[in-house]
Amino acid sequence: MSKINQIEGKAVPVEGNDIDTDRIIPARYLKEITFTNMGKYPFYDERFDAEGKPKGHPFDLPQFQGSHILFVNQNFGCGSSREHAPQSLMRWGIRAIIGESFAEIFAGNCTMLGIPTATVSQVEMQKLQAMVKANPEIKFTLDLDKKVLFTEGKEHLNFEIHESKRNALVNGTWDSTRLLLGNADKTAAVAQKLPYVAGF
Amino acid sequence: MSKGTLYDKVWNAHVVDKLPTGQYQLFIGLHLIHEVTSPQAFDMIAEKGLKVAYPNRTFATVDHIVPTKSQARPFQDSEAEQMMGAIEKNVKKFGVQFFNFESGNQGIVHIIGPEMGLTQPGMTIACGDSHTSTHGAFGTLAFGIGTTQVRDVLATQCLAMDALKVRQINVTGKLNPGVTAKDVTLYIIQKLGVKGGIGYAYEYGGEVFDAMSMEERMTVCNMAIEGGARIGYVNPDQTTFDYLKGRKYSPAVDKWDKAVAYWKSIASDKNAEYDDVVNFKGEDIEPIVTWGITPDQSVGVNDKLPEVATFSADEVKTVEMAYKHMELKPGQSIKGTPINVAFIGSCTNGRISDLREAAKVAKGRQVSKSVRAFVVPGSQQVKIQAEKEGLDKIFTEAGFEWREAGCSMCLAMNPDKLQGNEISASSSNRNFIGRQGSKTGRTMLMSPAMVAAAAVEGKVADIREVLK
Ligand code: SF4
Repeated sequence: MSKINQIEGKAVPVEGNDIDTDRIIPARYLKEITFTNMGKYPFYDERFDAEGKPKGHPFDLPQFQGSHILFVNQNFGCGSSREHAPQSLMRWGIRAIIGESFAEIFAGNCTMLGIPTATVSQVEMQKLQAMVKANPEIKFTLDLDKKVLFTEGKEHLNFEIHESKRNALVNGTWDSTRLLLGNADKTAAVAQKLPYVAGF
Repeated sequence: MSKGTLYDKVWNAHVVDKLPTGQYQLFIGLHLIHEVTSPQAFDMIAEKGLKVAYPNRTFATVDHIVPTKSQARPFQDSEAEQMMGAIEKNVKKFGVQFFNFESGNQGIVHIIGPEMGLTQPGMTIACGDSHTSTHGAFGTLAFGIGTTQVRDVLATQCLAMDALKVRQINVTGKLNPGVTAKDVTLYIIQKLGVKGGIGYAYEYGGEVFDAMSMEERMTVCNMAIEGGARIGYVNPDQTTFDYLKGRKYSPAVDKWDKAVAYWKSIASDKNAEYDDVVNFKGEDIEPIVTWGITPDQSVGVNDKLPEVATFSADEVKTVEMAYKHMELKPGQSIKGTPINVAFIGSCTNGRISDLREAAKVAKGRQVSKSVRAFVVPGSQQVKIQAEKEGLDKIFTEAGFEWREAGCSMCLAMNPDKLQGNEISASSSNRNFIGRQGSKTGRTMLMSPAMVAAAAVEGKVADIREVLK
């Protein structure tokens, strides 16, 4: 599995606290039994009006097309556990998310897809969002080894990321199935010791 | 760091290994699956040539996309029918027990687990649904997971997890008349906020919880996730054991005493240490109604809506957005807000005791002409029991529709949806924009009895005045 050490690209700001996964991907798109089309739907109801005309959401503005980094505020991804949310962002093109804070299930889902969820302070995020709004062409490099966000031609910024998530990404163990399968014998041993598995 | 809590004991008993990432490999005692978050996970394990590692610890049902007017197949919605087909194919192919319509045990996944005695103290429980926290009412560590994690549990019966901190939340004293478990959970979220629980498991305790039935405890734990806590639990006690006795998957009579002894042993020690402790008084809680777009935007039914200036700078944007979306104004009373739709059901409040409470209000009254009202039992078993007690008649005579088991308008992945900017009184758990199927639809969360009261009055009402 690939190691994820650096992510480079332009950034797109999506502002607001408590953006829940129903807003990231409305439930009606969960009826599809594959993730294949999810890239068409992120923030759908915030992007399009009743006739399907774009309302000017950052995901539709020409200057933010091709962005790989998403700038968000507090408690991003709260609510439903639907993995369709990070899937839709990933398939739209997002490779890393930087925010003030993340809901846990969402952040865990992101890691499993190889998407880092990094946090910075509120003041720093407001600066970053203002910066890309003023100059959408700026290139950023999120360096997971150094825990630093490099801004093209500008000073750099330290970010936080959950250490186990960072480890999984930089060591290429973010797709956990193989890791877990490796412990099949130990798993069986733990199971046998549990009274309810053994039948009391 | 916490010590001697149920969380610590159950966690330790299930740790398989510490992983090189620093996470822990945790054995999952019970894996519940449903139609929406499982098809991609089954595809992923099939692609890798893997099997379901512990098929007898995995149980499936259908709830989210199921129409509630009739469960007849094929469904009118071809996408829903295709999704049904996928889970039917997968459970057969991988040998997983499936509670389908014919089983008589179909229902919302968080209602049927406890109902059949699958949910037992001391287990770790995972399901591709955030309201898995519900099962914590039994003294389990139960949490929602994403689809890729569903894949991991299918393939290995394990998850890679980070440990949580533990916050003890005590509600002391007694609840006032008309105040329910739903009000308790909305109150806690109102006080601690929707982000307050991030990084924590919530242990609920105190006299109010001691006195609660299992169904009430489930209502509270169900909404732990709405307060940001992935896990919420109550220590098992006699109420728990009495509830479980004699259920389909509960330990048999000859194993019962051993099981109870084990369940007692995993409860938090008297001198357990917590990362945080919060105390509330039961007497301070009123029937609560949400007025906004996050579950912490709520007030007591007799309170006025808060002024924007009373919120911190952080919250102002969300609050302004909430007022705009809800078409409500600071300073106005929530009581008296006219409603269009009344929805009683969901994994928060679709159990038999919820329907009984709502039926007490419906009995001998009539749903207001301006309101579309319906009752959706959480499971086929709840429906059967309610019909035995004649609750269906009470509801239909009062003008409520009586439906089949499913998630229904909790999330509107099925034909039950708000239209346009309709406003609902809802016994479910999320008031997010668009949650109930219309972008401009509006949701006010409250207890099932309060929903019934709003249905008959045509507007938000104080249950205590309606029942007078
Ligand atoms: S009732 Fe609502 S919250 Fe519960 S499982 Fe169904 S959709 Fe999710």
